[in-house]
Amino acid sequence: MTDLFSKFDALIAQREGLLATGVKDPFSLVMEEVKSPTVAVVNGKETILLGTYNYMGMTFDDDVIAAGKQALDEFGAGTTGSRVLNGTFQGHKECEDALKEFYGMDHAMVFSTGYQANLGIISTIAGKGDYIILDIDSHASIYDGCKMGDAEIVAFRHNDVEALEKRLKRLPSDAGKLVVLEGVYSMLGDVAPLKEMIRVSKEAGAMILVDEAHSMGFIGENGRGVAEEQGVLDDVDFVIGTFSKSVGTVGGFCVSNHPKFEIMRLVCRPYVFTASLPPSVVACSAASIRKLMHNGNKRAHLWENSKNLHQGLRDLGFQLGTPNAQSAIIAVIMPDLEKGAAMWAALLENGLYVNLARPPATPAGMTLLRCSLCAEHTSDQVADILDRFERAGKAVGII
Amino acid sequence: MTDRSEMFDRLKGLIEPFNKKGTEVGEATTFAGDLEWDSLTVMDFVADVEDSFDIIISMNLQAEIENVGQLVDAVTKLTAA
Repeated sequence: MTDLFSKFDALIAQREGLLATGVKDPFSLVMEEVKSPTVAVVNGKETILLGTYNYMGMTFDDDVIAAGKQALDEFGAGTTGSRVLNGTFQGHKECEDALKEFYGMDHAMVFSTGYQANLGIISTIAGKGDYIILDIDSHASIYDGCKMGDAEIVAFRHNDVEALEKRLKRLPSDAGKLVVLEGVYSMLGDVAPLKEMIRVSKEAGAMILVDEAHSMGFIGENGRGVAEEQGVLDDVDFVIGTFSKSVGTVGGFCVSNHPKFEIMRLVCRPYVFTASLPPSVVACSAASIRKLMHNGNKRAHLWENSKNLHQGLRDLGFQLGTPNAQSAIIAVIMPDLEKGAAMWAALLENGLYVNLARPPATPAGMTLLRCSLCAEHTSDQVADILDRFERAGKAVGII
Repeated sequence: MTDRSEMFDRLKGLIEPFNKKGTEVGEATTFAGDLEWDSLTVMDFVADVEDSFDIIISMNLQAEIENVGQLVDAVTKLTAA
């Protein structure tokens, strides 16, 4: 018998080798208590959270929690059904209404996760004979959406407008084309030149999908994302987003002005063939989305945090993924996986949690310590974070 | 036959800058196995081939190309179209 698991042997060996050096397993951390959007208890120790996607700190918002409790009481624990059968409750419609208002768009469709939103929309709208043109550093959910569909997939170099334009020009002019972009790329926290990319895509007659998962609530005047910030949201055909970041719950969505968009509810398999979100989750999400519309001060504080952390880490001598703070994500580049894991463990011992990110999730084979800031981090916490980075960095010998 | 060997030579020329180990390149040379290219190298190489022939090698097609001979066939077909 061939052991189907033998294909994972190299990864198993790499993991065992890493653990044998004495570091704690970075991928099996447990949060024993969560005290606030920025503090949790890990291994019995109070720890500052700098590796969540809780950008706007909505997870403990009083109004969000109250909405969820009320929905739990009034609508029960779950829906036990698909959105197209018995799984659409009042709360799902209210959540979609909140999204339409948030983005100023005609249609909104809520999925059970952000992953499923990309999987569903991409695999459904681009079919056989169509082309999907995507950035090589696209998120796994985008690649999986491509793999699930029947379109031809064309990749271009990360954030390279010229490479995108050249490829678009080589495609048959009458073929259906979907250009898939992200506002903020989550590994390095860098922002896409959407304005130029959308211009060349429109000139080639392509439709455009932008994943704004890591920019919603934070970037753009109304928190609609990078496309809003660059003044091109009206040219985007489909915006994909998630509730598991700034919104602070779980779920995904697509908003669009396409006049035929509602047909997606019948043909999009990751929407149809799965259970809908629980009533409490959609109620929390709707309350959170409505609050995110009017959060100018929190957005300003988050930018301040991001800029301060970026500057501080650079001054300490760390190598960063972007030359300046472009989003709420600051990626610290590690020399290799061993050093990265040691640094990660040293930070945790100093009471600071960050994400350890490694290939294949990262571009260019990099090992990253990914820091994501929250609007609820105080200026004192940011100073504290820098202090812990300095101590850990010196202990591990990175700075 | 001349056309094919011309195509082979041209592609071999594009392979060379990425052939860090100086592996002998023939029709049967595989990209992942013999040349030991990772996905990043593949991406850069594909972009070079696309730009120098003004073609698109979709990821669907890339998945079917394992060795140099198959690449010669694929590019020949794409440039004839």
